[in-house]
Amino acid sequence: MESLMSFLTGPGLIISLAVFFIGLAVRLVLYFMGLDWRLDRVAYKPHMSEGMRGGLYSAYKWLVPFGTFGWRAQPFFTICFFLLHLGAVLVPLFLTAHNEILRMRFGFGLPSLPQGVTDVLTVATIIGLFFIILRRIALTEVRIITTAYDYFIIALVAVPFVSGFIARVSSAGSDGWLLVHIISGELMLVLAPFTKLSHIVLYFASRWQLGADYSIKRGGHRRGPCFPW
Amino acid sequence: MPEGQLCNRTPISTEEALKALLADKGGKQYYDEMTKLDVDTVKLWSTIEKTCKTRTKTWLEICAHCGLCADSCFLYRCNNADPEQVPAFKIQSTLGEIIRRKGNVDNAFMRRAMEYAWSRCTCCNRCGQFCPHGIDVGVMFSYLRGLLYSQGFVPWELKIGAGMHRVYGAQMDVTTEDWVDTCEWMAEENGEEWPGLEIPVDKEDADIMYTLNAREPKHYPEDVAEAAILFHLAGENWTVPSTGWEQTSLSMFAGDWEACRMNVEKVYDSIERLRPKRVIGTECGHAHRATVIEGPYWMGRPDGLPPAEYIHYVEWVAEALRTGKLKIDPAKRIKEPVTLQDSCNYVRNHGLGKYTREIMSYLADDFREMGPNREYNYCCGGGGGFNGIGMYRKQRNVALLTKRDQILATGCKLVVAPCHNCWDAIRDLEEEYHIGIKWTFLKPLLIKMCIVPDHLKPQEEDGEE
Ligand code: HEM
Ligand code: SF4
Ligand code: SF4
Ligand code: SF4
Repeated sequence: MESLMSFLTGPGLIISLAVFFIGLAVRLVLYFMGLDWRLDRVAYKPHMSEGMRGGLYSAYKWLVPFGTFGWRAQPFFTICFFLLHLGAVLVPLFLTAHNEILRMRFGFGLPSLPQGVTDVLTVATIIGLFFIILRRIALTEVRIITTAYDYFIIALVAVPFVSGFIARVSSAGSDGWLLVHIISGELMLVLAPFTKLSHIVLYFASRWQLGADYSIKRGGHRRGPCFPW
Repeated sequence: MPEGQLCNRTPISTEEALKALLADKGGKQYYDEMTKLDVDTVKLWSTIEKTCKTRTKTWLEICAHCGLCADSCFLYRCNNADPEQVPAFKIQSTLGEIIRRKGNVDNAFMRRAMEYAWSRCTCCNRCGQFCPHGIDVGVMFSYLRGLLYSQGFVPWELKIGAGMHRVYGAQMDVTTEDWVDTCEWMAEENGEEWPGLEIPVDKEDADIMYTLNAREPKHYPEDVAEAAILFHLAGENWTVPSTGWEQTSLSMFAGDWEACRMNVEKVYDSIERLRPKRVIGTECGHAHRATVIEGPYWMGRPDGLPPAEYIHYVEWVAEALRTGKLKIDPAKRIKEPVTLQDSCNYVRNHGLGKYTREIMSYLADDFREMGPNREYNYCCGGGGGFNGIGMYRKQRNVALLTKRDQILATGCKLVVAPCHNCWDAIRDLEEEYHIGIKWTFLKPLLIKMCIVPDHLKPQEEDGEE
């Protein structure tokens, strides 16, 4: 147990973080290398500054809650989405316990959010996931496109959050939950580049592309600098 | 049967083959043969490997299956929220599946994919505006159409349409001679009312070269005359080319990319030959998309731009009204409530909505927007070739419901539709649903409303007006 734990928080952690970061970086590079101005029918290079402006705006605009027509059209999902993602992005990075481990092992860590805040964010994530699952079951238009793989991804994200939260709130005998948390968390990191979770970076790639497409080719200067998302 | 006589993988490239296909009324034999057409799975997969790169692959892979795109698709809405009309479902179960199976799909699969590609998506691109990941299903359906076309799975009318472009260089059998004759005829026919009216063919170094839709010379020659009259009124130095005047592209609807390129090449050649300062295309949405927006890429032009500035008719009209080249008689402004159809092809996909609104501000006292509008407007219901496919007529008529309800909600009885396809769809929706509306292009409206300067009026004997 002791040695498993020290493996998981030592070499195991290093490996999963390396796979996660290198893997995602590779996916991002491969994405942009695979853009083809002739096949995509977007002249990226000659109009790079318009493309950049439209692309970055398109990625940014969709990160603002209710910031786009699309988000405003679906208030319920928008709330679930931001509940889920606020925690999913912030908690792993800024949780005190995570940064303590980092400091212990590697001698550096990120600043931490107060415990109360990360608790709230964790609960938000879990609630967000819960309603996203409900929505998948309840709405026919979502059910028809839902696959087992979607539930696998949701589970891959849910397990580390739920187990981590239980380990944190149950005072005694939480080693089991902690173990589940660490294993599932590292599994998530390792699998992210190879699954739909790669959207962590590919979101930016894909949103950039469509924004650039609209600013370079489908409207460009005639519309004003950016598409009105 | 590997390939049929009429239904096969070979594009139509001779008049003879075209006539044989046309003779098969309604495509009876054609569709019959299609049920037995083999899929060349090796070729299908190798095409995909060559042409399906990270943009499309990533779209298919990261789609969260969240269904946010459902409500954005007018076909989902007007088909009573049929889950099989959810954009993500439509593309995942066709293109997505072909790729998952590495091209290993059978005849029945391809026929279903054809039905989806041409009757469940008009490539209006609206869903792409509502997807958090920026997944543009319309773009993917257009790609799928290309794959299906290359395998011979394409609606009869569009196989013919693409063949027309290949054989006649136009979507209809209008030869160079027919076209030049029409120009002369229209100039003469209207010369009495408009002294000095000309339709100059092949004039070099003019300010404007005008391109149009083959339907105009073929079925609505008065549209050609109207264009001429308005240029005449505005005092423009303009011309039309004798070849390369056809701006439309049924081949784009069909997914015949080679025919698309051939057509655009003719237009660009005429630009290079006549060296106009700029080119103006007629009131057509898909023609603008084909020749101005996509065309440069079919031609492999690295800057993604046509060889000369190439604008849509509405841009010219807005400019002519703004600069006073055309003046509207205030007494003739439209008094009744009037609404405007935003064509996806040049509004969502080229940002020209501000020009049509500028025009309406000159023409109408009571202009009413549809809701939603501009970039967010719904497709008229007949886009992407849908209007012309007999087999999908029923589905197309259902698709018109969205536009019908949008128009009804404005309370207007007059719809300005500066797009051939939208115009057709709105005409058909009146025929189908009898809501008592009229629809119009801009040209006839403008001719009725413009002030005619004295020197352009016919000289009467007694000088009395
Ligand atoms: C900056 C980083 C991220 C961005 C921009 C982002 C963006 C998105 C977007 C746009 C969607 C699709 C929404 C939809 O269409 O349903 C999505 C879905 C999802 N994301 Fe993220 N995400 C990010 C990071 C993460 C992380 C770190 C996790 C997990 C730890 C995560 C888990 C999920 C899950 C589970 C879904 C699927 C939701 C569903 O089933 O509908 N995301 N994300
Ligand atoms: S909105 Fe986008 S991510 Fe969601 S199902 Fe539709 S295409 Fe997929
Ligand atoms: S492109 Fe238009 S018609 Fe096609 S799926 Fe998207 S919204 Fe529907
Ligand atoms: S016909 Fe008009 S509204 Fe319909 S898809 Fe084409 S441009 Fe859009």
